[in-house]
Amino acid sequence: MSSADFLAMLPFAVLAAAAIVIMLLIAAGRDHRRCAWASAIGLILAFAAIPVAAAYAPRQVTALFVADAYALFYLGLILVAALAISLLSYGYLESHNDSPREEYYVLLLLATLGATAMVASSHFAGFFLGLETLSISLFGLIAYPRRLDRPVEASIKYLILSGISSAFLLFGIALIYADLGTLSFARAARPALEGGTPDLFWLTGIAMFLAAIGFKLSLVPFHMWAPDVYEGAPAPVAAFVAVVSKSAVLALLLRYFLAAGAFESGAVTGALSIIAILSMIAGNLLALLQDNVKRILAYSSIAHLGYALVAFLAGGPLAIEAVSIYLVAYVVTTLGAFGVVTLLSPAGLGRDADQLVDYRGLFWTRPQLAAVFAAMLLSLAGIPLTVGFIAKFYAFAAGVGADLTGPVAALVAGSIIGLYYYLRIIVATLTPLTIGGPLPQLGPPAHQLSSAVMAALMFLLIALGAYPSPLIALIRTSADVLAGAHKNGP
Amino acid sequence: MMLASLIIIPALGAILAWRSERLHPDAPRWIALGALAAALAVTVAVWMHGQDGPWLAETNWSWIPQLGIAFRLGLDGLSLLLILLTLALGILAVAASWTEIAERTGLFHLTLLLTLAGVVGVFLALDLFLFFFFWELMLVPMYFIIAVWGHEERIGAAIKFFIFTQGSGLLMLIAILAIALVHLQATGRLTFDYFELMGMALGPDVSLFIMLGFFVAFAVKLPAFPFHPWLPDAHTQAPTAGSVILAGVLLKTGAYGLLRFVVPLFPDAAMRFAPIAMLLGAIGVLYGAVLAFAQNDVKRLVADSSISHMGFVLLGIFAWNALALKGVVVQMIAHGISTGALFIIVGLLQERIHTRDLRLMGGLSAQLPRLSMIGLFFAIATLGLPGLGNFVGEFLVLLGSFDANPPLTIVAAAGLVAAVIYALTLVQRAFHGELRRSSSAPDLCLREMAVMAVMMILILWLGVRPQPLLDTVSPALLNLQKLDASHAALTEHQP
Repeated sequence: MSSADFLAMLPFAVLAAAAIVIMLLIAAGRDHRRCAWASAIGLILAFAAIPVAAAYAPRQVTALFVADAYALFYLGLILVAALAISLLSYGYLESHNDSPREEYYVLLLLATLGATAMVASSHFAGFFLGLETLSISLFGLIAYPRRLDRPVEASIKYLILSGISSAFLLFGIALIYADLGTLSFARAARPALEGGTPDLFWLTGIAMFLAAIGFKLSLVPFHMWAPDVYEGAPAPVAAFVAVVSKSAVLALLLRYFLAAGAFESGAVTGALSIIAILSMIAGNLLALLQDNVKRILAYSSIAHLGYALVAFLAGGPLAIEAVSIYLVAYVVTTLGAFGVVTLLSPAGLGRDADQLVDYRGLFWTRPQLAAVFAAMLLSLAGIPLTVGFIAKFYAFAAGVGADLTGPVAALVAGSIIGLYYYLRIIVATLTPLTIGGPLPQLGPPAHQLSSAVMAALMFLLIALGAYPSPLIALIRTSADVLAGAHKNGP
Repeated sequence: MMLASLIIIPALGAILAWRSERLHPDAPRWIALGALAAALAVTVAVWMHGQDGPWLAETNWSWIPQLGIAFRLGLDGLSLLLILLTLALGILAVAASWTEIAERTGLFHLTLLLTLAGVVGVFLALDLFLFFFFWELMLVPMYFIIAVWGHEERIGAAIKFFIFTQGSGLLMLIAILAIALVHLQATGRLTFDYFELMGMALGPDVSLFIMLGFFVAFAVKLPAFPFHPWLPDAHTQAPTAGSVILAGVLLKTGAYGLLRFVVPLFPDAAMRFAPIAMLLGAIGVLYGAVLAFAQNDVKRLVADSSISHMGFVLLGIFAWNALALKGVVVQMIAHGISTGALFIIVGLLQERIHTRDLRLMGGLSAQLPRLSMIGLFFAIATLGLPGLGNFVGEFLVLLGSFDANPPLTIVAAAGLVAAVIYALTLVQRAFHGELRRSSSAPDLCLREMAVMAVMMILILWLGVRPQPLLDTVSPALLNLQKLDASHAALTEHQP
């Protein structure tokens, strides 16, 4: 490896170093505030290293990773999301957990490192390394309030299903390797593109690969874990699972599909269409039955990944742009929604503020927080002036442009059903306090840092919704790399 | 800039009104009145000093150039009249709910003004994306108006309203994207510009499908039978100001969309679809009237009568001749004023006798002589008495439609008889007969009289001298028909 290779991977190195520094800090003496600051600074430094890496992009670093504009864009997105989560976690842990709090940040940074490794991988080995780093850190994060039953239960559930999906993934990779004789994404492209109908090995391999990806993205029919894990995990960790892990996996999937020419295979896109339709319909219908806000958000996230898949399925340059916009919107909005849950969760209840009744009259007791929540939910529903609208617009544009009749019909049906349960939460926040039982028990006023994070998310939500032009320009430069690589071949 | 300020002034006023509540509970009301009056003044100024030709003023700013989306606004006679109606009804709605809304006045006026800003945006937008943006945006504050300040069943009504209108909006979104993408394939340029998309030749099947996407969204808003089920609930449960804005303004956005987009963009498909649309219109006229007759809830009765009136609008639009279109515009304005007034009267009644149930009313004319007289006035305006605005509208629509489709016009004309029945029943049951429940408050005060007087003068003026209004809108309507004719010529030349 040359020094240019190191500089191209600088953000990753900073992130890994930050995790080690925090470990050393803990060894020196437990101090929650110090560790939280260290993790925030580590994430900011990693973010600041992106321009350095960009100067060397695109650059293949070893056979495993590639630092190109696409990877760096998602790296930035993941780092911003991780920073928001780590700041929100500070207030949450400060008021919640009596067990040692400091290791949380080590796990958070390692999980982030895993996710960033995924978006930069150009090789199955890099992908698997990233995925496992992410998953193993997540087991610890989900079960972090270790004295409570539900987080531990959720963690075990995630552990077992993650293990199964990894087994599928490895078997799938092995079959693809058996067929093509390489683990690299780029070189995997040739036979699939040239050979007309791909053979059974490749198809079986890709089916297993997609099953594993389906688990990670919680797409129907691989979604069963999501509501339980979201409900059991502490709210900021649930946000991490929903936001960081899913966007990294989807970004990786898009890179692989373009490199391997998987869009040319009718069987693969057909299967993905069915998965997308099922996710949109089932996710939205099941959300109707829930009384738990975290579970509603879980099912809503299942449906939203279905919407993102519609954009994904369009293929070509529009798909890259649409998926990227969709993920940005999804990240901002989902972080905001989980952020509200985080901020409202009281200590000592044994659960987060996740029941619908907890939100009764919120608009009158905590107007600002309720307004943010309403804005986030409206963005999830795709209402104008929020970034969710732009994302929905892109999903529709991609779907209509590629003539995906079935998925677009499901997108319409899903969006309409979705309105109902988003409005249900908003209605709960509007209920007068005079109706119903005693006032819900909520957490103390938010920590200043958390309030600042929520304000920033709210700003992004509106600014990107009202004037998305700069974001689109940024995404186009990152998408060009991928589209170009796809067109010219390796 | 002038046109953008029509949207910005109410939006800024909304924020000011919201923040000012802490100063004084009445401050938001005055700020709302001031903002709407200022916007009204700007509109009149544009009207007086507008450019020559059909478009009085235009604005074209870059917004999302990557997708060919511009912030393009334009004001012609049609937009002008509807914006005047919007702002005037806004002022009257604020004045009429002066005592009804006592809680959270800041938030109430915030949502009210934002709704109006969104509606003005809808009437101005000449970029399909921008139009859709405002179209969806105006629903959100209206949802909150119904859900927070509405009557007993408000939550269900608000959700129903939102899902119907938002869901149908998605079909329009698909249609907008489809037409833009067809244009992209034909010319290689992605654009959502109204004028650029207008000249496009589409295959007969494609244009029919795309047109239907638009039609359903507008028919839900209008509402046309069978897309109306949201309307009675939403209108009945909304607070007075909400009902006035819903009936007076929001319904007109549906009619406006049909006039501005559906027929000019898809003249050929619209003409093929016209018999069905006119049939739906005629059914709406009769069905709404029958529904209205059967109601015991006064507010529901007025709401159902809207379905009937909007049936005439649908009938007239798809007749698509000069006479019918003029009738449509007069009918929209007259319906906005007369139905708005009826909702205000119902609100005033409810404040006084605390019920909307006709079975509990009666004999109020002795106790509330002014209110009863005004109620009678607007009831006969609604039934289309010559000399009042609604008559002019309905008459012109029927006259124009008879050319296009005599049988359906005859059916729809029967709706006028039905209107007499429900309107007079309303007056009889509410104000005459024996006294059932007496009023807890005195007759109309000065503020309430002033509101009603303005509306009476407007409806009378519209009925006696509609010519200035017709002169204002004629160039715009002619322009719409011309665009459509030149387009029709274009399509004929296509192989």
